[in-house]
Amino acid sequence: MDVHLDQLTMQFNDTTAVDSITTTIKDGELVSLLGPSGCGKSTTLMLLSGLYKPTAGDIYFGDEKVTTMDAEKRGIGMVFQNYALYPHLSVLKNIMFPLKMQKVPKKEAIQQVMEMAKLVQIDHLLDRKPAQLSGGQQQRVAIARALVKKPKLLLLDEPLSNLDARLRLEMREEIRRIQQEVGITAVFVTHDQEEALSISDRVMLMNNGVLQQENAPQQMYRKPENIFAASFLGNPPINFLTLHKTENNTYVIQGSSQTLELPSMKWQTHEAFQMGLRPEDLYTVPEEEGLFSGEIIHMETIGRDTLIRLQLGDVTVRALVDPKSRLRVGDRCSLAIEPQEVHYFDPKTGERLRGGNDNDAQANLEKHA
Amino acid sequence: MMLKPTWKSTLKALLYLLPALLILVTFNIYPIVKSFLMSFYTNYDFFKNIINERGFSNFIELFQDPNFIQALQNTVIFVIGVVPISIILSLAIAILLNSKIKFSGLFRTIYFLPFVTSVVAVAIVWSWIFHSDYGLLNYFLGWFGVDPIDWLTDPTFAMPALIILSIWKGLGFNIIIFLAGLQSVNEQYYLAAKVDGASAWHRFKSVTLPLLSPTMFFVSIISIINAFKVFDEIFALFNGKPGPANSALTVVYYVYQKFYEEWEFGLASAAAFVLFIIVFLFTIIQLIIGRKFVHYQ
Repeated sequence: MDVHLDQLTMQFNDTTAVDSITTTIKDGELVSLLGPSGCGKSTTLMLLSGLYKPTAGDIYFGDEKVTTMDAEKRGIGMVFQNYALYPHLSVLKNIMFPLKMQKVPKKEAIQQVMEMAKLVQIDHLLDRKPAQLSGGQQQRVAIARALVKKPKLLLLDEPLSNLDARLRLEMREEIRRIQQEVGITAVFVTHDQEEALSISDRVMLMNNGVLQQENAPQQMYRKPENIFAASFLGNPPINFLTLHKTENNTYVIQGSSQTLELPSMKWQTHEAFQMGLRPEDLYTVPEEEGLFSGEIIHMETIGRDTLIRLQLGDVTVRALVDPKSRLRVGDRCSLAIEPQEVHYFDPKTGERLRGGNDNDAQANLEKHA
Repeated sequence: MMLKPTWKSTLKALLYLLPALLILVTFNIYPIVKSFLMSFYTNYDFFKNIINERGFSNFIELFQDPNFIQALQNTVIFVIGVVPISIILSLAIAILLNSKIKFSGLFRTIYFLPFVTSVVAVAIVWSWIFHSDYGLLNYFLGWFGVDPIDWLTDPTFAMPALIILSIWKGLGFNIIIFLAGLQSVNEQYYLAAKVDGASAWHRFKSVTLPLLSPTMFFVSIISIINAFKVFDEIFALFNGKPGPANSALTVVYYVYQKFYEEWEFGLASAAAFVLFIIVFLFTIIQLIIGRKFVHYQ
């Protein structure tokens, strides 16, 4: 079942939490709603669930318009951030609850619960109360409860945020596995880019209630549509340098006296623009070949990566460098980048002007996490 | 950090407990023990405080006294009449007050007022409401074609009048407790239940009631104990009489009559002791039932 949002808008008093979003979630797809807290991603999910009703716009499940339909009738499954398992019911009864509401005969219901419990691998815990389960187990119960009534749409509201780092990795793979095994359409809300980019077929990036960009994860990373998308994705974050045109048609880095010249900048007619440089795309070079140079003010090695911070006048630039390079804090260092890896943005509108690389080189998302 | 109790720490704790303990022992513990002992005084000279004889004859006499049997019956009727209705009504009002309505603070205050108002004042107002000729209640019932009822002077209607007054009086306290209980139920469970397809009634039955069960348990125990102890309302509503023809005579009222009016200290103590046993048994039963149905989170 395709889910279609048409100009969906939600207003709370004076604030617009969701601002005319139009998109289609295809059947069987796992879509992430990604964005910083307060960007409207959870509100969008609540609108999909029917727990909130939009102030404008429509929601379609397949051909059916469900905008005003109550949550009870939408037939969706939902996993809440803190799981919301009924504390007084055993795991079995928790999972069976939606079936009980549908008046499924008890024998049949228990059988379906058993099937679901096996799928999420908690069939040995059915007699326990939620309080006797670990976070990961509660999570699995919540997923089983959401899936047991065979919903057409599964909604997950930050389902991994209450788990510790290792379990989070495991559960996110589990969610992906279960989703693909059942073949259900799923919408997954998260503020964690790593989570979103790793398990989803498509990422919808939101900010201030507005849909910023929707793409396949890698595509979004390689070709951010605007400054927000570029800055939100990537860890360590992308570097921005603001460039101004000088009299003799070269560009100077704002906050420093260094001028900068790139062949790909020939097309530039703008008086000023913003350049985005991913830390992993920068590399150290001898002084004369460098794009710019500065003093290393900070250095840290975590696992296999070495992150340096370079001071260029008033601005700092982060770069991931070869751990074998014998750099030290206080050294002067020059950095370069392949021209096609540079992202150009209009500083006024924040929109992408040009640049970014489409080819699917492995992005550096998890490297520094 | 838990330390092992030592003599020094125990003595120190006792020192802090002493002021409250002194008052409790003097005015609660001592009278309880004394009245228990007194229930066995069968021949007692209270002018000289000489006990000539002890025995069980007070209890035998008690159960042969038709007034006491009447008092027991009335008390049970009162408890059955007041407690369930009071709990259902106050839960319903608490749920309404807990929903998003305007002026909910004002409404909460209004519903709590009867609880903080003096029983005597409340009873005087209600004795006017119940007045057979000028009372509001009869006026209201008149709209539905009901003939005026002698609420306070007809033995058939004295108990219902007392029950109505007591329900109204106790509502505020129960509502406040239920409201506190309702507010401790996480909103997420209702959202989850909605998504799971539960109708409003099922959400109440499957989420509200079980999660409210500790509150329900507390309220029902307190209500039953309070209802068994009823006295002030009767005294105030019927002008210091146990209703027309003893129709509102309860166990505590019986104790009061025997003790203060007839100076039958032994008999009064025995009656008080019987009431204690009844309340005690009820509480035990509730605890046993509670263990099965109350879900502590």
